[in-house]
Amino acid sequence: MLQRSKYKVIREALIEWIIRICGISAVVFVFAIFLFVFWQGKGLIFSGDFDFWKFLTTKEWYPASENNPRYGVYALIAGTVSVTVLAMIIAVPFGLGAALFISEFCSPKLKETLKIVIELLAAIPSVVWGFIGLTIMNHLIMELFGAPIGLTVLNGAIILALMSVPIIVSIGEDALQAVPDSYREAGIGLGVTRWQMVYKVLLPAAKNGLLAAVLLGVGRAIGETMAVLMATGHAVHIPFDAEFPFLHGLDSVRTLTATIAAELGETARDSSHYQVLFIIGILLFTITFAVNLTADLIVKGVKGK
Amino acid sequence: MYSLTVLAGTLILVGCGKKTTNGDQSAGGGNSVEIQNAGSDTMVNLAQAWAEAYGAANNNVAVAVAGGGSGTGIAALINGTADIANCSRAMKSSELTKAVDTHGQDPKQHVMGLDALAVYVHKDNPLDEITIEQLGGIYGEDGAITKWSQLGVKSSDGNDEIIRISRQSNSGTYVYFKETVVPKGKEFKLGSRDLHGSKDVVELVGNTPSAIGYSGMGYATDHVKMLKVALKKGEAYYAPTLQNSLDKKYPIARPLYMYTTGEPTGHIKSYIDWCLTDAGQKIVVDNGYIPAPKN
Repeated sequence: MLQRSKYKVIREALIEWIIRICGISAVVFVFAIFLFVFWQGKGLIFSGDFDFWKFLTTKEWYPASENNPRYGVYALIAGTVSVTVLAMIIAVPFGLGAALFISEFCSPKLKETLKIVIELLAAIPSVVWGFIGLTIMNHLIMELFGAPIGLTVLNGAIILALMSVPIIVSIGEDALQAVPDSYREAGIGLGVTRWQMVYKVLLPAAKNGLLAAVLLGVGRAIGETMAVLMATGHAVHIPFDAEFPFLHGLDSVRTLTATIAAELGETARDSSHYQVLFIIGILLFTITFAVNLTADLIVKGVKGK
Repeated sequence: MYSLTVLAGTLILVGCGKKTTNGDQSAGGGNSVEIQNAGSDTMVNLAQAWAEAYGAANNNVAVAVAGGGSGTGIAALINGTADIANCSRAMKSSELTKAVDTHGQDPKQHVMGLDALAVYVHKDNPLDEITIEQLGGIYGEDGAITKWSQLGVKSSDGNDEIIRISRQSNSGTYVYFKETVVPKGKEFKLGSRDLHGSKDVVELVGNTPSAIGYSGMGYATDHVKMLKVALKKGEAYYAPTLQNSLDKKYPIARPLYMYTTGEPTGHIKSYIDWCLTDAGQKIVVDNGYIPAPKN
């Protein structure tokens, strides 16, 4: 029997520990970041004159006012929500359709090409997307819709849709691949058409995975900053009203993320304005955390069965 | 991998070493001088840029720049902690008296450049003139003007809504325009498109027929038109030109000053003189301001 040398034993243990630290580091980082963001914003939260309900429900965002600063993020939340919802209305049919096509309908050769191209789409930096929104899309929307200005919810939503489609496609495709072949064989055995196969067999079987794909796309859309900062017009404005069609895609809005990006650089450290931007950070963190957690739980649900 | 780390480490060490040597030269050279320069936050970037360029050209002089506001700068000048005060307004009479009492001589005012904001519209917009009151109506918190027809014109694309273009709330331009246009204590109307740079404002106005925006006049392009501005209806309208700004006829312009306790001498004089040379005034333009008038 071969005896392992002491050196090799130590090396083995060392490598094991390094890998363990790598694994745990992500958790440590997430907690550290959350603590940091909370720490920066806590001064204002506990200061007494900060009303969290007012913060969420008023739309007056005058953080730099000398005599009467007001911090209401309702319009900013409305901006984030409107852009994300419209982006998903555009991205979900495209993303799931592309996932279905890649997984079920195309030849293996085309499949490889498509996957590479779609991954390439995910590799385009967000500032480049923003630039496209600011220049090309701005003109297109003004000409096609006769809007007075092209930096709108629609502009941001189209850009975000293009950015979240790759995520929806790759995770959606994985979910469809995970449907056992025996389901497909049983379907073919019963003589179903391709379309019946898709909507009677595959979609129900993969629905949790597909939902997770969509939610991760939502998470991507909510967190995106640079592209929406450039494409949405950055105006404190609520694009909703009570009448049909409820959401005005041709209004300019401002998102939570864009507000932090635009204002943090020039606020005095530890001023109320600085702290309120970190509170927005906490809000965003909470939203994306909830969305991602839901997605994870849904995926877990798939495996649990 | 190991060699890479060593290489990187060496580079960092070399970098540090170099820096320290430089610092030693300027600090411990014996004949080095430090000029204290404090004041206006509007001018702090400009002052910093001047200080850096001057320091690079003159090894024995270092200019230390601090912000804090025009008032802070003047207080520091009077107390003797600053050699030069940056000021985006003229000295008040109370400050003048105090300075004369302390130093026994009149403070010397130097016009270093001008900060003028032009009101921009699209080049096809028929509007040529606007009053400060109307601008207040467009931009102010309870301003009633939201349509081009209220100003008696029709936008070239047929859209009647005025698309307001503004700046992010912590820009100095935002604050100055607000102070000039909106009644004291009021804020801007929400819903303006808030852009991040002077150049972006002009670019977007140039692309948007029904937009109005404000920015430094140095940013004008062929796609936009600068409006003539009057204080109120019935008064004369003035175009944002260099001369009108200097004559204080154009209402959205202010001189940027430097103050010294008396007639400057030695290093302080050379520094201010240098800021007024072509090289120094180029930095003024690079920072979005108008060069000082030559006399």
